[in-house]
Amino acid sequence: MAYSEKVIEHFKRPKNVGTLDKENKNVGTGLVGAPECGDVMRLQIEVDEQSNIIKDAKFKTFGCGSAIASSSLATEWLKGKSIDEALSIDNMDIVEELALPPVKIHCSVLAEDAIKSAISDYKKKNSIEE
Amino acid sequence: MNSERLIYLDNNSTTPTDPRVVEAMLPYFHQYHGNAASRNHPFGWIAEDAVDKARQQIADLISVDSREIIFTSGATESDNLALKGVFEMYKRKGNHIVTLTTEHKAVLDSCKKIEKMGGEVTYLEVNSDGLVDLQKLEDAIKENTILVSIMWANNETGVIQPMKEIGEICAKKGVLFMSDATQAVGKIPVDPKSIGIHLMAFTGHKMYGPKGVGALFVNRKSPRVKVTSQIDGGGHERGMRSGTLNVPGIVGLGKAAEIAKKEMAAEADRLSKLRDKLESALYANMEEVYINGNTDHRMPHVTNISFKHVEGEGLMMTFNQNIGVSSGSACTSASLEPSYVLIALGLGDDLAHSSLRFSLGRFTTEEEIDITIKQVTDGVNHMRDLSPIWEMYKDGVDLDSVVWASH
Repeated sequence: MAYSEKVIEHFKRPKNVGTLDKENKNVGTGLVGAPECGDVMRLQIEVDEQSNIIKDAKFKTFGCGSAIASSSLATEWLKGKSIDEALSIDNMDIVEELALPPVKIHCSVLAEDAIKSAISDYKKKNSIEE
Repeated sequence: MNSERLIYLDNNSTTPTDPRVVEAMLPYFHQYHGNAASRNHPFGWIAEDAVDKARQQIADLISVDSREIIFTSGATESDNLALKGVFEMYKRKGNHIVTLTTEHKAVLDSCKKIEKMGGEVTYLEVNSDGLVDLQKLEDAIKENTILVSIMWANNETGVIQPMKEIGEICAKKGVLFMSDATQAVGKIPVDPKSIGIHLMAFTGHKMYGPKGVGALFVNRKSPRVKVTSQIDGGGHERGMRSGTLNVPGIVGLGKAAEIAKKEMAAEADRLSKLRDKLESALYANMEEVYINGNTDHRMPHVTNISFKHVEGEGLMMTFNQNIGVSSGSACTSASLEPSYVLIALGLGDDLAHSSLRFSLGRFTTEEEIDITIKQVTDGVNHMRDLSPIWEMYKDGVDLDSVVWASH
């Protein structure tokens, strides 16, 4: 199976790889997937508490090329968005942007889960109702 | 990335056809196009002679009588014919078959079909090194057992089963012994008669012959083994497999067998040195590298390695623009399940997902192995830099204690 150029680009030069301090109150961390499933994504956001805008996003992913590309793309999309806007990111947007084939749709689902989980963690830390 | 050169280390999935084999086959497409079953003109005689010669070359490679070779379309068909054919032919003797969980799908799926046809199949688990437990095998053979089917060498790990001992158990218990020897024939000495194998499947395209042609060895004397044909129409191949013989393919398989017989020993020696070099370099370059399967009883050209905390398919993507290997991770399949062979060895799903199989071949060079060592090392390091579980491992997090959100 051949990968799309966009997947290959994100895979070779992934954007926003790294780790934010998860103890920081403004950082929300989402860790989804499981090693035995062959995919683990950790996605982190750093939120400006005044504006609720995501100022930074980082990821690390254990998985196939599509999983890495999906999380790299997700971090790019997250930066500059409010947390409410971020919640509206749909996995099918990722599928479309990266031209993922049907067998790789689960990678985009995982990225969406990671976004939601990071935001939920941030909200929990800051006692914001979901 | 590195060199533009294409490097093929996936010889267990298929081998390139040796140019000498191609050359031998060519005249039989146009110049000598006859049907080997045409008994009344020179076109047929020439084709028949070519088939006879090839049958003898193949028989010589595995030290059997040429009349014991049945040509098929490949190992999958040979496996089907052996298993279903014995099941049907020996119905009155029993309906039970013993096999391993690590067999090829051609055997396992045939066994599944046999179960639907009223057969009973025992799928024995293997030890953590991939070898059959001989005591368990002996215990599994019952009154109604007609056949034991155990592969010679595993396609994923290269692990070689103790064939001699299995043959002795089968002889003692008086059951037929069938082996899928697809990965072994032409690469290591394979002598079914000395082991007491009654049926043995193999194919051309794993031994530098063409695709689409294979064979089943069927023991002819003491005991005279018969299988019920699965493809009918004309009674070719002593009634066991009908269909016009694939003369160019058979000539190619014959030539491949002749070359293998001559060159096998030197080739195995050369490839095992290269394989060992690859393995020890990767082992030395990185931490958390595991070799899967028994390393004392293993094919000379194969290694199956897990790079912990790295997913195999993603890892392959770091170098698959020029290096072809295969992965035990099946992220492309709908099931997302990793290799059942590695799982059967007791590897956790995470290690199975982290595995790569390198299978070297006749045309592999040392320079290619050097390039591979470099590119795989770079790839693993790249993937580990991206891997959250590698980071957790490095931070001393006990990964078993993490509650994963399985999906």
